[in-house]
Amino acid sequence: MEKLLEVNNLSISFTQYVQGLNRHDLKVISDLTIDVMENEIVAILGSSGSGKSLLAHSILGILPYNSHVSGEIKYKGNILTQELKEKLRGKEICLIPQSVNFLDPLMKVSEQAIGECKDENEHNEKKLRQREVFDKYGLDESVDDLYPFELSGGMARKVLLSTALIGNPNLLIADEPTPGLDRKSVEETIEDIKNLKENGKGVLLITHEIDVALKTADRIAIFYSGYVIEINKVENFSDTDKLLHPYTKVLINALPRNGFNFSEGVQPLDDVSGCPYYENCPVRLDKCENNIPQLIEHNGVMIRCFNIGGVNDEP
Amino acid sequence: MIQLSPIDPVKAYLGQRIVSQEQLAIMGDYWGTNLSLGERVVGWLQTLASGSMGFSLIYRVPVTEVIMQKFTASLTLMVVSWVISAIVGFGLGIIAGAKEGSWIDKAIKTYCYILQSTPTFWIGLVLLMVFSVYLGWFPIGLSVPMGQLADTVTFWQWLYRLILPAITLSIVGIASLTMYTRDKLINVKKSDYFLFAQARGESFWGIIKNHGIRNVLLPAITIQFLSFNELFGGTILVEQVFAYPGIGQATVAAGLRSDVPLLLGIVIISTIFVFVGNLLADVIYKYVDPRIRSEDDE
Amino acid sequence: MSEMPWYNKGLFSSLNLRQKTLLTIGLTALVLFIVFISGMMIDANLPTNFSIKMQGPSFEHIFGTDWMGRDMFIRTIKGLSLSIVIGLGASIISSIIATILAFIASFNKYCDTFVSWLIDLFASIPHILLIMMISIGLGKGAFGVIMAVAFSHWVNLTRVLRAEVLQIKTSEYVALSSKFGRSKLWIAKEHILPLVLSQIFVGTLLVFPHAIMHESSVTFLGFGLSPHEPAIGIILSESMSYLAMGAWWLAFFPGASLLIVVLLFDIIGDNLKRLFDPSEANN
Repeated sequence: MEKLLEVNNLSISFTQYVQGLNRHDLKVISDLTIDVMENEIVAILGSSGSGKSLLAHSILGILPYNSHVSGEIKYKGNILTQELKEKLRGKEICLIPQSVNFLDPLMKVSEQAIGECKDENEHNEKKLRQREVFDKYGLDESVDDLYPFELSGGMARKVLLSTALIGNPNLLIADEPTPGLDRKSVEETIEDIKNLKENGKGVLLITHEIDVALKTADRIAIFYSGYVIEINKVENFSDTDKLLHPYTKVLINALPRNGFNFSEGVQPLDDVSGCPYYENCPVRLDKCENNIPQLIEHNGVMIRCFNIGGVNDEP
Repeated sequence: MIQLSPIDPVKAYLGQRIVSQEQLAIMGDYWGTNLSLGERVVGWLQTLASGSMGFSLIYRVPVTEVIMQKFTASLTLMVVSWVISAIVGFGLGIIAGAKEGSWIDKAIKTYCYILQSTPTFWIGLVLLMVFSVYLGWFPIGLSVPMGQLADTVTFWQWLYRLILPAITLSIVGIASLTMYTRDKLINVKKSDYFLFAQARGESFWGIIKNHGIRNVLLPAITIQFLSFNELFGGTILVEQVFAYPGIGQATVAAGLRSDVPLLLGIVIISTIFVFVGNLLADVIYKYVDPRIRSEDDE
Repeated sequence: MSEMPWYNKGLFSSLNLRQKTLLTIGLTALVLFIVFISGMMIDANLPTNFSIKMQGPSFEHIFGTDWMGRDMFIRTIKGLSLSIVIGLGASIISSIIATILAFIASFNKYCDTFVSWLIDLFASIPHILLIMMISIGLGKGAFGVIMAVAFSHWVNLTRVLRAEVLQIKTSEYVALSSKFGRSKLWIAKEHILPLVLSQIFVGTLLVFPHAIMHESSVTFLGFGLSPHEPAIGIILSESMSYLAMGAWWLAFFPGASLLIVVLLFDIIGDNLKRLFDPSEANN
């Protein structure tokens, strides 16, 4: 199997102006490393509003101008430059956006799914493809002429998924595909995403719902305060002993298998000099206060903790 | 307010003619200057209620007639410059917003910024100086050539005299529409759907065309309809500078010579004019935006 | 993507945005102050010298001279300082009107409806027409113009303040304060006024350029200051008679100077607004 996407040590920060026009730098993603293989679904699990969507924006090259990025992103082994991102997006790499807000409110949904066309011929071709994809998801022709605000939650979800599939991409990035949906639609969405995998596609699923991540993904990356602290196989999540990071253990232990949302106490927002979990950690060491552990591999699990492995002993 | 004016409408009507005291008293009764302020307002309102706006003192015809004639002349001027400023303003706004931060955006922004701080009449004066006095391309003042009756003027002669006032008036209107369009487009550029269109690999100008203009056009048209207030104000100044015989000149004449019925009539007409603009803005929004349209269907 | 932000380029690269904003405000205010003071010190009755009448711009008279041989530069400065005085008077009075109306609107539903109606009414009569009428009604002259401009420019600030007051009024701490038995006036004074003060301040400054422009416009039309006052509107309306003769400097320089003054006030207002509300700077 080939590695579709590889993100290495990605950091994203923003410059902001606050009261009185003083400058303030805001770090959103720190030293993020993750990969997605063909035929695989990898979930990034983190609380809502923690900035994990920016990972998706960064892969697609649509970050705002006041952002600062370091680290590298590779697609099929090639480094994704802005130029390459612009070439691949919408074709090889597609985004399944969060909500219906990502559709132009004044454009009929079928036209949006078709997207930009050079001429009439291309439009006709894409129209057939759009009908095909819509049909697959049970959206009949009456849906074509609707405006985004007229769609129900479940319908909107299917339309958004369809827009991503018209270009027949290899890598899909699903950004929070389930919030605000009823139980049935959530189940359907999970099925739809899992089906994508069958055709050899890779999926990066960004979510704050543990339940969805557990039911959908092959591997789960835990995103905490801007850092990825653990990447583990989904099987291991049924047994807390196989989970390595103290935070992950707390998270799964606290979960009464009934789909609790991923929302926990205080995550430090400002720069911390040490491990981001230091404040709340039950097994913290002295060095955790001022040193940030590296993300290392330990028995096939990626982990960021001084308690695991030998490499982190010498910071 | 007019009633507080130090100028007596009777004197305004009589001009330089010499009349006896008795005649003056009769005239005073006729025009109502002998009555108290309250009585005059009530009187005017009564006349208005009966469907008439009274009699103009300086033109010596019914106010309705004066307004009809003058307003039609001004309406051409206003419509022409309104359309020009709509097209140019919207275009510049789209360019500036799309290329936000570039030199062309800065140039357009500076231009608008300066224009917003420029008195309308001075723009008129400068254009007059350059194109009429210095280059001699256009006449200095008067919309009808001297010694010719208004209805014998050919279409081309009339158009020729319309150009400078219309340009002046549209230059003024461009600035606010451009800034508004630019801001709106920048907002659209920050929207989720713009981001998604980019993520789908659509070209930049394709997105501006398909999503930007689609979402900015409606509010921009609305704003343009809401600008009737400034348009009317601008017309008054421009007509004064270019000696264009329209409602603006009539207003100034009525004001300077205390033609109360005419002035109040113009206030009513201009308010209706502004109101119609607001109403059109509302109606357009309701019938064009599918979101509001469907709310009405339900 | 991590390109250098625009504010770090160019002349003031060592300053941050805050310092730059303050510097802009300071310099702009200084220029306006100098214009104002020098205009104040000029005697309104300028010496006439018919031997040098109607001269174009030269080193001696950089703005040229008028039909009575008066120096146009001095006349312009005098006119500008007069404009500033009138603008100041008008914007302060209009802000007072706006503040009072916004507070009246906050009393109860009927007052609010009344104020909204007033706003709609004043917003639908063309400004120039309104100013003309008030000015005529009050007998023209400086007082008439100041009042006319003030009474036609309160609308926008009132809208802003009304919304702001409404928002504060519905906030929890005000509700609590009222439960403690505080009177409405006390709440207005202690809670609402301090919060809207910056809005009033910025609002006043933003009215300034409009006030100056409208004053010169109505004066130009003949409804504002009387012809013997040294106002810019008078100078420009006078210049109309000499335009055909090619005396362009009579209209060009005074108008351009007025434009610059208006622009400077605009710059101060905008910069102050950004200082109080940084959301725009983040764009």
